Parts: sequence; structure tokens; C-alpha cells
Amino acid sequence: MAKVLQEATKMTQVQKMVKKALTGNEAAAYAMRQINPDVVAAYPITPATEIVQIYSSYVADGLVNTEFVAVESEHSAMSATVGACAAGGRAMTATSSQGLALMWEMLYIAAGLRLPIVMPVTNRALSAPINIHGDHSDTMGARDAGWIHIFSENSQEVYDNIIQAIRIAEHKDVLLPVMVTMDGFIISHAMEVVEVAPDELVSKFVGIYKPDRYLLDIDNPMTMGGLDFTDYYFEHRRSLAEPMFHAKEHILAVASEFEREFGRKYGLFEEYRMDNAEYAIVVLGSTAGTAKVAVDELREQGVKAGMIKVRIFRPFPYDEIAHAVSECRAAAVLDRSDGLAGRGGPVFGEVRSAICDMEKKPVTMNYVYGLGGRDINVEMIKSVYKDLQRAVATGERALVNYLGVRD
Amino acid sequence: MGKLKEIRWHGRGGQGAKTAALLFADAALSEGKYIQAFPEYGPERTGAPVQSFNRVSDEPITIHCHAKNPNVVVVLDPTLIGSVDVTAGLAPDGVIIVNTNQPASTIREKLKLNGRKLYTLDASAIAKETIGRDIPNTPMLGALVKVTGLLSYETITEDTRRKLEVKFRNKPEVIEGNLKAIERAYNEVKEGQ
Repeated sequence: MAKVLQEATKMTQVQKMVKKALTGNEAAAYAMRQINPDVVAAYPITPATEIVQIYSSYVADGLVNTEFVAVESEHSAMSATVGACAAGGRAMTATSSQGLALMWEMLYIAAGLRLPIVMPVTNRALSAPINIHGDHSDTMGARDAGWIHIFSENSQEVYDNIIQAIRIAEHKDVLLPVMVTMDGFIISHAMEVVEVAPDELVSKFVGIYKPDRYLLDIDNPMTMGGLDFTDYYFEHRRSLAEPMFHAKEHILAVASEFEREFGRKYGLFEEYRMDNAEYAIVVLGSTAGTAKVAVDELREQGVKAGMIKVRIFRPFPYDEIAHAVSECRAAAVLDRSDGLAGRGGPVFGEVRSAICDMEKKPVTMNYVYGLGGRDINVEMIKSVYKDLQRAVATGERALVNYLGVRD
Repeated sequence: MGKLKEIRWHGRGGQGAKTAALLFADAALSEGKYIQAFPEYGPERTGAPVQSFNRVSDEPITIHCHAKNPNVVVVLDPTLIGSVDVTAGLAPDGVIIVNTNQPASTIREKLKLNGRKLYTLDASAIAKETIGRDIPNTPMLGALVKVTGLLSYETITEDTRRKLEVKFRNKPEVIEGNLKAIERAYNEVKEGQ
């Protein structure tokens, strides 16, 4: 009986979802409105501007009771967010590209102080040359800053990931900042169908933020960000790695609760047609959606193609991804940012590291693609699978390749 | 419908190519379809050639690359013909809808359409007469719905009314003008030989 009731409740909740036509930025702002944080401090930057612009209109219209701080730079945006969160508030901001770069030193401080800030980031290329379009160079630069890093394929995932990020960040055993990314323009400015939940459901899901320790707790005075020399700095930094290692289990726990309440399933990564797959690609963000079409077409032609979409880039699911590709003959990693002097892009390095100790491992290749928003289409992705097949058949392969660049 | 359809809108900055794509997508959603609407972003200047795109399907849409092979092309501004390759990538069984006051045969010749279907209407004249300004996007929306049958006439008019009512609460003449423009375009668009 209890189970029937539970199922019935689930049905009503899922039925309460409403389909809306939203861009990625709109979906982010919508989720933020439902979260209704205490403080949002922000500075505009293309293509993330709309998120905080829409949010400021929610503030003006009295739809949220957030203190909105219009600051004079992204460095100040993150500083004010750090301050608000340290004081005991739930604080958010949003940015992109050069804006994230200007936040640089404050990103490390947010993580080092264990502040559960959630920040949507609309991925955009870094200058020079100046470019406003989507690639992952900006957030990849922040990969070692101590932030949990969640990639979204589409506007729906932007919405869902931001809601889940609050719970992940604020979990007592995590207490780390989280960035939730979407591809600039490709997702941020493309209108798609997004299923949104009623305000009450989101508000119930994220709950009220009650920090154990915070600066405005005047009965329990404390210091944050004190001086730490050769005596304790090392231990403190080591203790920052700890919650990151363990964050995976909490990310999965939040995902399963989210699935119960919202009806959509999330993991550390998504496996698409990986059953008996011989050739796989590993990819992040919106390109995963295009890759699904390529995989479907190849499967129809009898090619055993599959795809892995990494959702959680930090903490990187090394063992899980190694296991997922272990039966493949070859795997290509697609990077939308370049390591320049590195051996391939940042995702390639992680995947190679993940599989390096396996006895039987796939042949791997790296493809740097889509820098500055360069289009990647189904045919280009199919050409990668073709290269993988050739590499297996002939043993010929180039380790690091550039896909879609003119010579 | 089932299979994914792609639409490309050609206009000039300020003519509402982006808005048309958004209105179309929103209306399609209200019929339960899956949609995408996205503009091509570049330097944005009034009068410069711009494009926007729609994808529409009965199934969820996962593809996120450029729409290079549209099934339908809508040309909001006839002066683009000759300077912008509006038929680029248009499928052999594709359809092109052009806002023009010239005979269809002239357009067909200029565009070298071969077998592809051409539909024409004077959307600028309709816009001037109904809205009072040469903003041809809503009439072209009406023409698109008529030619492709992707949405019902009722859906596009009702949904556009709902959208415009939010934006032009105090200007009922703008709402009525746009709806009249859709209606006239729906009735006046013709297949051109």
C-alpha cells in the first residue's frame, strides 16, 4: 500500500512539471529564481549576461527576496559572493570566459574556505583573439581550483544541474563550490523545450541553507582565511582534496533523490549505446547531443559505436569511465579546449590517466575541436569513428588531432 | 510529421528574423512538438544580413550543430537575393518562401531553383497595411504555416496573440495588426511557377 501511495505521489509530482521554451541562460535564471538565494552579486559578460540580467528583473519585480549586488567587476562579483557565503548566506553569481578569468584568485579562495557557492558558467573562448563563442577553455583553466565542475548537454540539464548543485555544494561532507556549465550560444542562446518543476518542489528540494559555522554567528566567533605557513598550509590543502574525492557519492545520492522527485535520471556520466560498443567517443557538453545522432546513424550501418558524455568533470570519475570503455577496441576523446604544450586537451589527459593501469585497454586518440564556437556536425563526428576503425584495422593513428580546423 | 524539419530564416537586422523563429518555436511547443530556435550570432547591426533557425520534431531533438541543410528557407527581405546565398544547402525537395512584390518567375530565375518549390507573397505590403511598418516577420510566419502545414493556423494565431499580449499590453492595435498580417499572409501566399 505504502508503495502504491509513493508511486501515486511520484506521478502527481511528475505531472506537475510544465514544458517551457527556454534558452540555456533563461533556464539558469529560472532555476535560480526557484532557489531564491540570499545574495546574488554579478557583473555582465557575453554570453552569460542574460542570466543575471533576467535575475535582476526577478529582484525588481519582487519575485525573489535576494539581495542583488551590482558590482564593478567579476573579481568583485566573486569577492562579494565569497563574503556573503562566509557570512552565512546562500550566495550565487554567474559568469563566462574573461569574467571567470578575472575571478581567478577568488575561485581558489571560495574553495579554500569551503564555501558552497553555486555558479552557472556559460562557456566561452578566452582572448586573444577576442571571441564570444562557446568553447571550454575558460572553465578548464579553473579545473584545479577546487570547484566541483558539472557540464550540461542542453537547457534541461542546465536547469536540473543547478538545482542539484545547491544540494551537492551544501552537503556537510562536501562544502565545496560548484560550477555548472553550458556551451556559450549553442545552449545559452538556443531555445529548447525545458520541463520545469513547480516552485514549491524546487524550494523543498534545495531546503533552507543552515551552515554550521559562519562569520555572522556572533555567539561563536571564528576566523576564516587566516595565515597558514609551513606549519599547517599543507594539511589544509590536503584536507581540501578529501571532500572532492568523496563528493562522487554525494553527487550520486543527490541525483537519485532528484530522480525520485523530478523524474529525470543523472549519473557521473551518461553512457549512450555503450552496450557491446567497440568504438567510443568521450565528450562534454552540447556536442554529446550531436554525437548521439552520429551514433544512431552508425549503429544503423552496423558499426558498434557508443558515446560517453562526462557530466562531472571534477571530481573526475576515473575508475567508472575506465570501466565503461574497458571493452572497447578504440576510444576517441573530444576536447573543446587545447592543452597547447600538453599532450592533447585536458579531458584526454584524464581519460588516458584513467585507463593507464588497465591490462586490456582501448586504443586512444584525441581530437581538439570547436574552439571559438567552430561548428561540429554529425559528419565530423562520424569521421572520428572512421579514424578509430582505421586505427584498429591498420594500427595507424595520430595521437592528437585537430577536428574542423583549416590548414 | 515525425522526422526532424529544419527551417532557416533570412532577414536583415531589425526585421524580426530572430523573433519569428522564437514565435514559431513557442507555438510548435504548444502543439506538443519538440523545438529549437536559435539565431546566428555575429556583429549585430540594423540592416545587416542575419539568419535564424528552427528545428521541429515529434521526437526529442539532441542535435546541436548548425542547421546547414534546411527543409524550408524563409526570406524576409527580397534585397538579400543576389548578395546572400539564400538557397545554400536547401534540399532538392526543399521549399523557399520569399517576401517579394516581383513575379515569382523573376525570383525563380534569380535563385536558380531547379526543381525546388517556390512560394511568394508581398509580406512588406501586408505589414505596412496591417501593422503600419515594414516588419515582415509575422506575415512570413503565417505564410510558413500555410505552406508547410507544420502547425495549425489556430495555433500560430493564438500563441502569437498570447505572446504579443505580454509585450504590447497597452497597444492593442499592434496585436490586432500582427494577427491580421498573419491571416492575410496565410491567405495570400501562392506557389510560384
